[in-house]
Amino acid sequence: MKIVTAIIKPFKLDEVRDALTNIGVHGLTVTEVKGYGRQKGHTEIYRGAEYAISFLPKLKIEVAVDAAVVDQVIQAISNTARTGQIGDGKIFVTPLERAIRIRTGETDADAL
Amino acid sequence: MKLPSPRSASVASVIAGAAISAFLAFPAFAANDPTPNPGDTAWMLTSSALVLMMSIPGLALFYGGLVRAKNALSILSQTFAIVALVGVIWTIYGYSLAFGDGGSLSNYIGGFNKLFLKGVTAASNAATFTPGHVIPEYAYFVFQMTFAMITPALIIGAFAERMKFSAVLLFVAFWVTVIYFPIAHWVWGVADPNALVDAATQLAAAGDEAAKAAAQAKIDEINAAVGWLAGKGALDFAGGTVVHINAGIAGLVGAIIVGKRIGFGKEALPPHSLTLSMVGASLLWVGWFGFNAGSNLEANGATALAFVNTMVATAAAALSWMIVEWLVKGKPSMLGLITGAVAGLVAVTPASGYSGPVGAIVLGLAVSPICLFFVDFVKKMAGYDDALDVFGVHCIGGITGALATGILVNPDLGGVGITDYTNLETYAGTYDMVTQMKAQGIAVVATLLWSGVGSAILFKLVDIIVGLRPTPDQEREGLDITDHGERAYNY
Repeated sequence: MKIVTAIIKPFKLDEVRDALTNIGVHGLTVTEVKGYGRQKGHTEIYRGAEYAISFLPKLKIEVAVDAAVVDQVIQAISNTARTGQIGDGKIFVTPLERAIRIRTGETDADAL
Repeated sequence: MKLPSPRSASVASVIAGAAISAFLAFPAFAANDPTPNPGDTAWMLTSSALVLMMSIPGLALFYGGLVRAKNALSILSQTFAIVALVGVIWTIYGYSLAFGDGGSLSNYIGGFNKLFLKGVTAASNAATFTPGHVIPEYAYFVFQMTFAMITPALIIGAFAERMKFSAVLLFVAFWVTVIYFPIAHWVWGVADPNALVDAATQLAAAGDEAAKAAAQAKIDEINAAVGWLAGKGALDFAGGTVVHINAGIAGLVGAIIVGKRIGFGKEALPPHSLTLSMVGASLLWVGWFGFNAGSNLEANGATALAFVNTMVATAAAALSWMIVEWLVKGKPSMLGLITGAVAGLVAVTPASGYSGPVGAIVLGLAVSPICLFFVDFVKKMAGYDDALDVFGVHCIGGITGALATGILVNPDLGGVGITDYTNLETYAGTYDMVTQMKAQGIAVVATLLWSGVGSAILFKLVDIIVGLRPTPDQEREGLDITDHGERAYNY
């Protein structure tokens, strides 16, 4: 099992979610996050006081999937979240040791 | 509140002459005992409510949106508490100190004869600016109360986010007593036109020299007893000096004495909600019609002029700030629009009843670049942390308005000329720019000095008694939690 963590542009969430649903992923956790990468921030000016805003708002989505479908998931996210501009985000894949569905007690693949 | 401009040299003969004709034409003047006009009364009570709306929620939201979320409630609480505190103080002794009988000190301060509203009843009246007109004294009392409430509330923006609630309240109690009530008296302690006309009528009717001398002495006594800035002939229609210069300089002194906010100049301290600030600024604009047009104390054509000037100067100033910022900084900002609007409101305050509408537009266009220069450039150069630009907008805008009033009142520029509240035409004298600008300058400097020095002493005093500043940890956590134990937003 793997955890696929993706940092994406906030307005891409619905497209990504649809694409993941289409390939059979049935659960997704979304967090509003801020961060920076190669995309530069912007400047805000309040009555002449200039603030460099270097942390930009992004969404972090986390999906737990069977190792067999990881490539499909990566493909789905990459295709839908891409705009071609700097700031499209990143995808990280990490191993997942165990998974448990709290309601039923099912474990691992059954719990996903 | 219009100021009279007595030109005392020619007063006696002119009043006498005018009064003779008035006496012959309107015998009623002989027994000058006016009753309040329902229209005037209704307008003054409406105006009082409008000026209250300027403080809460107008100013509270305007300021509250400009601070960080962790200090939003502290601003709202300070503003609300100041309104409540000054409302009680004004009733107990403030009205008396500002508008009571000062006896031998009547050029500088009121007295104690109206403590606890002694003698003020539903049947007692207050003078307006037209002989034969009065308003109920309760209406005058509550209208003036709302001015005393908003002025100290303006100050808190300068040291927002870093002064303890207890220190703010103690300072305000001291400040209104020692700074505001006297200055209000200097400027608004004017002669009762009904008493002047009565005396002038007696002078005209006097049969012998002794009666003439007695009537003349009465006129001199009335004119000599006015507030000293009023006596200088300084024009301040609705409180550019008393309210805005006064609050602005007190704010600057406070900001310097309490020191900069932690992180000032190092970390971003952006407004947490310009949406709230826009709502607040808009309420200020609406409420300001009560402030400026209400200051005519009657509902008539001069009231409408003040209303129109308040509208157009503000529109021009908002536009002007937007355009200058667009040119200089690259983007027209919402904060720029509302800051310009407030600067325009401040600047037109002293001019609202004297300038013509086109003059008011010129004033509005001019004040925004001046304030922007102080808010952006001078503040950075000097390095003081006037958090919400009380000095840059209210003091500088107020000075701009006070000086511009001396020019825009010129009839050749569409102004109303030197009018006089007795409506005895020739009593008023003619407009002379040098004389007028001198009077305006004296009013500005006197206010800056009394409020600047006095506030510095009061801040030091409060620092000794309760301490001005929260601990650094408390300041970092935010005054909402540390002062009030609650949060502005729970979601």
